[in-house]
Amino acid sequence: MTLSQELLAGSRLALARVITQIENGTEAGRIALDELFPYTGRAHLIGVTGAPGTGKSSLVNQLAIAFRQSEDGEAGRVGIVAVDPSSPFSGGAILGDRVRMRDLAGDSGVFIRSMASRGSVGGLAVATSGVVQALDAAGFEIILIETVGAGQAEVDIARLAHTTLVVEAPGLGDDIQALKAGILEIADILVINKADRPGVESTERALLSMLQLAYPAKQILRDHSSKPGHRWIEAESPPSNPANSSEAELWVTPVVKTIAVEGQGVSELRSTIELHRRFLAMTGEREQRERRRLHAEVDLLLRDTLLKRWMAGISDGQYEQILDLLVRRELSPWRAVQLLIEN
Amino acid sequence: MADRKIRVLVAKPGLDGHDRGAKVVARALRDAGMEVIYTGLRQTPEMIAESALQEDVDAIGLSVLSGAHMALVPRILELLRSNGQEDVSIFLGGIIPDEDIPKLQAMGVRGIYGPGTLTEQIVKDIRLAVTRAYADSN
Ligand SMILES: Nc1nc2c(ncn2[C@@H]2O[C@H](COP(=O)(O)OP(=O)(O)O)[C@@H](O)[C@H]2O)c(=O)[nH]1
Ligand SMILES: [Mg+2]
Repeated sequence: MTLSQELLAGSRLALARVITQIENGTEAGRIALDELFPYTGRAHLIGVTGAPGTGKSSLVNQLAIAFRQSEDGEAGRVGIVAVDPSSPFSGGAILGDRVRMRDLAGDSGVFIRSMASRGSVGGLAVATSGVVQALDAAGFEIILIETVGAGQAEVDIARLAHTTLVVEAPGLGDDIQALKAGILEIADILVINKADRPGVESTERALLSMLQLAYPAKQILRDHSSKPGHRWIEAESPPSNPANSSEAELWVTPVVKTIAVEGQGVSELRSTIELHRRFLAMTGEREQRERRRLHAEVDLLLRDTLLKRWMAGISDGQYEQILDLLVRRELSPWRAVQLLIEN
Repeated sequence: MADRKIRVLVAKPGLDGHDRGAKVVARALRDAGMEVIYTGLRQTPEMIAESALQEDVDAIGLSVLSGAHMALVPRILELLRSNGQEDVSIFLGGIIPDEDIPKLQAMGVRGIYGPGTLTEQIVKDIRLAVTRAYADSN
């Protein structure tokens, strides 16, 4: 049996090993991804992002518990990918998210994998996407992806997820840290964790006013309630035929307060995620996101592959010569590219 | 494979609540370019083996100060074997009586480090053991 066949047959060791190959970008990893791709596309992918210390790992732990306790007895299996930064100096990393996830130990319906961000931003997005595909093919129905910060990597990973949670906490400074790099725009649900801490109200107020700025004008006009929140939430249940209702096609980012260390607010958060999931399915947004994501992924791979193939045909000497010409201003970068391509 | 990173699980089994040593080792391994999965205090052998499996680590560093190493280490090794991970190297730090050292080595523990060990030594030993395991598997 190949590694991917073993994975599909339910071997956790094979899954772990396939993930390593994918992370390392090996040929074996690419072969596995080829073989596994037809089995992917079933999981609901949930991105969890925000500044360090806001409680993302604690929240992921609680959400996993919540998803594992389904009342109707059909709890889906939960995969977790926790990404932490690599040291830019040594290339090493300390991946400590499991410390907050010890409640999940012993549950064979949960699989946790820690990942270091390693090299490039685009590379991380591709590797994370591959790891998620492996978990998806292995039958994990809910996949939680934790990432730190507010950089391009988080935006890329948000694009990978179906539902993106942006986690905030009171007392991390007056201006809201994680929201600087336009991270608000990627939030499908905003979570204010550590709601037991002083300053929740002012954090909530600041977030709500930033949310109103973040929306396109037509959405603000449509949102008559003083508080952002999806109409479905206020109505308790989705409209009977949302596909025909232009009102229902609008997802107004809800704000959910949680205390992850006590599990408070987690079941509401879970319901809000389920609601978003239904929203995506009913409005066709899920397919659109999927298409955009695959487009971005193939784009990235294509660029990478073409560049590598091209570079293989150019000698170091040639490149150096052209660099000399550039430095002496005898050639412009555009002309240099033309020269390289025509070679 | 230029991108291959050494992955090490650093765990603190047993009931004593003191992980300063484990953290120092974790940082040294990170500074040596390894990826360290840090799992924190009071890990049972089952939790350690489960994490080692999910994380597909090359090595495990255990810090044991409670004196329970003669019970913990064989159990962890047994679980690793039954999971198909007999190729994972085990390193042990803590206060280990001299008479236990040969027994632990015979069980397959690759390195045993008492207080005052230089982290450079641990880094070197882990790198050597993992490089050998790679060579054997290819
Ligand atoms: N008071 C309080 N502390 C929390 C809460 N959630 C997490 N923490 C603590 O915040 C710290 C960071 O949590 P962690 O989940 O590791 O945050 P991450 O860095 O965002 O993944 C830990 O000490 C947690 O125990 C909460 O709701 N209330
Ligand atoms: Mg974390």
